[in-house]
Amino acid sequence: MAANRWGIQDPWREVRQLQREMEGLFESVFGRHEEAMPPCNVFAGEDDLLVTCALPGVQLEELNISVIGDTLHIEGERKPEEVERSAYHRRERRTGPFRRSIQLPVRVSATNVSAEYHDGVLSVTLPKAAEEKPRKIEIRVS
Amino acid sequence: MTMIERNEAAPTRSDTESTRQVRQFVPDVDIYETSDSLMLVADMPGVRPDHLNVRLEKNILTIHGEVEPLNVGERNIIAGEYETGDYYRAFTLSEEINQDGIEASMKNGVLTLRLPKAERAKPRKIQVAVQ
Repeated sequence: MAANRWGIQDPWREVRQLQREMEGLFESVFGRHEEAMPPCNVFAGEDDLLVTCALPGVQLEELNISVIGDTLHIEGERKPEEVERSAYHRRERRTGPFRRSIQLPVRVSATNVSAEYHDGVLSVTLPKAAEEKPRKIEIRVS
Repeated sequence: MTMIERNEAAPTRSDTESTRQVRQFVPDVDIYETSDSLMLVADMPGVRPDHLNVRLEKNILTIHGEVEPLNVGERNIIAGEYETGDYYRAFTLSEEINQDGIEASMKNGVLTLRLPKAERAKPRKIQVAVQ
């Protein structure tokens, strides 16, 4: 993008700057905005559901995924690094146990659920139960 | 030991036409001291180690991680709690860092930067000239 006549390269830069300052102001007044940990997105396909969660820095042995009925449970613990430290300058990363229970919109085949963890993102693929899958009905021509 | 945050957005790559039009987020960080280093730990889920750019230029440390959108195939989002985008944050380092000894590692979406403290300048005795 070429600079415009005001010489501003990115028209949203100042808006974002203002937004960040506002967020900083709110955080300083109300404390950090608490959100579900870990935040997850749910995607639906024809044959399955995909749940992705932003979950950086978790050891796989600390992660437990289960499907009970129509609910996906993700629980675990994010442990702080075991290091000697003399002083914190900033402490924004959350540690400790977490637990999410995500109610799924359709029944899934719990035995065929698979999960992957790459670069701090957890992806859980849940195939829909056979009765939820669209069935193609053959019309016989007599 | 000081590390002052610079409140700025990532510079847009104005030299090329095809700028990535992605959202940009400020990663959560921990900054703490050990006896010999200043440590910076940043949560950057979705950033592959080869998509991370840590730069130190004139005492300004910038961390920038690019996130490739996850391939979700033909699926549609039905519930969303987070958005994907790049991570960017910048700090001004004090001169007490040994800038040549900085080490970075990236694992499971967490960046760990070790910034070794420089040997402290010896106290200088200032001679007062007596007139």
